[in-house]
Amino acid sequence: MKAAPFEYVRPASVDETVAALTSDAEGAEIKILAGGQSLVPLLALRMARPSVLVDINRVAELTGFAHYDGAVEVGALTRHRALADQTEHPLLAEAARWIGHPAIRSRGTAAGSLAHADPSAELPVVAVACGAVVTVIGPAGSRRVPAGELFLGPLMSALDEDELITSVSFPVPARWGFAEFARRHGDFALVSVAVAEVAGEVSIALGGVGGVPVRAVAGERVLAGGGSLDEVAAAVRAELRPTGDLHGSADYRRALAGELVRRALEQAGLGGGG
Amino acid sequence: MKVELTVNGERVRLDVEPRRTLADALRDDLGHTGTHLGCEHGVCGACTVLVDDEPVRGCLMFAVQADGSSVTTVEGLAAADGTLHPLQESFVAHHGLQCGFCTPGMLISALHLLRTHPTPSRATIRAEMSGNICRCTGYTGIVDAIQAAATTTPTTREPG
Repeated sequence: MKAAPFEYVRPASVDETVAALTSDAEGAEIKILAGGQSLVPLLALRMARPSVLVDINRVAELTGFAHYDGAVEVGALTRHRALADQTEHPLLAEAARWIGHPAIRSRGTAAGSLAHADPSAELPVVAVACGAVVTVIGPAGSRRVPAGELFLGPLMSALDEDELITSVSFPVPARWGFAEFARRHGDFALVSVAVAEVAGEVSIALGGVGGVPVRAVAGERVLAGGGSLDEVAAAVRAELRPTGDLHGSADYRRALAGELVRRALEQAGLGGGG
Repeated sequence: MKVELTVNGERVRLDVEPRRTLADALRDDLGHTGTHLGCEHGVCGACTVLVDDEPVRGCLMFAVQADGSSVTTVEGLAAADGTLHPLQESFVAHHGLQCGFCTPGMLISALHLLRTHPTPSRATIRAEMSGNICRCTGYTGIVDAIQAAATTTPTTREPG
């Protein structure tokens, strides 16, 4: 349960980080170390054996939290605890309180969670529901990637190996809801749901029901058409194709998804009666 | 790699491999064996320490990352003359431990809990302590101990 040896690089700026990610020797595997709450267990279990770790924790440019134009701009290194404690984006705060345990939230970062792309994690689901946009920098310069295009599969993102997320912009929803079920507080969600009304459109995103965060587009359509909570929940149950595992069968997850969507919509004050 | 940090108020210097975890450095390089290692991959919470007053899993942080930081371990709780911290007294009084393996992590997590929630409900205690696993007590004694410590003693006395 000890990590294999690696070279440790601790850049002080984004430029130095980009250089460290690109100046690789033949066959080098370079990984970014942010909060380390997902990566370090993988190193300990030797499921990952990078030759170089680039520790971005001292890059001051990657911190910060700003609110403007109806969105919060979250620096890559913003810890889950800071997300949970802020009041500018209540959906983000509520979701962050569901992430892991206090000692995980001290270290884990917003961008790290998105880059890790775990389909059961909270922040990817919130990012998809809000229509967040990540700003990414690499050797070719910077680009912006919408959350809906960021997640390609379990633990697979659209980021290149030599790219770094510098910040994430989360639009602040006018109305929102968040619901999750896990076997124990802090465990990964069996199913999680984020509902966000941004610019008059309501998005329903779910975690734990596929390889990536899933938009319940049929449920959204029923809701937009004035459907009741029962009708929306039924549409969500019908459209999802979760896979079962030892924590819960596919049918169980579908049933859970319908109920959690109902609760998240109720919390948001959406979906009328019934 | 050379690292300088403060452990329980004492400045220490280390020369460690980058892959050395903070928990291993505390135990094996500095002799602070109070910090226990259970799972070594961030699940059990036994190795929880405070780094710059924030609870951190000592097995998920490399010692080189703590360069310049201030670390508090369970050894920092009792006074110099051996007088136990009120939380430790409360764990003893309320059967908050049996074998004691998880206790260092429990105490450090509880210390942070009481600093951030001075009068927590039982539900808050359970939620905030959910990252620490105990296989002996069934947790009730631990919740009792933390609640009693919260009501009987302001935990203002800072660990050394």
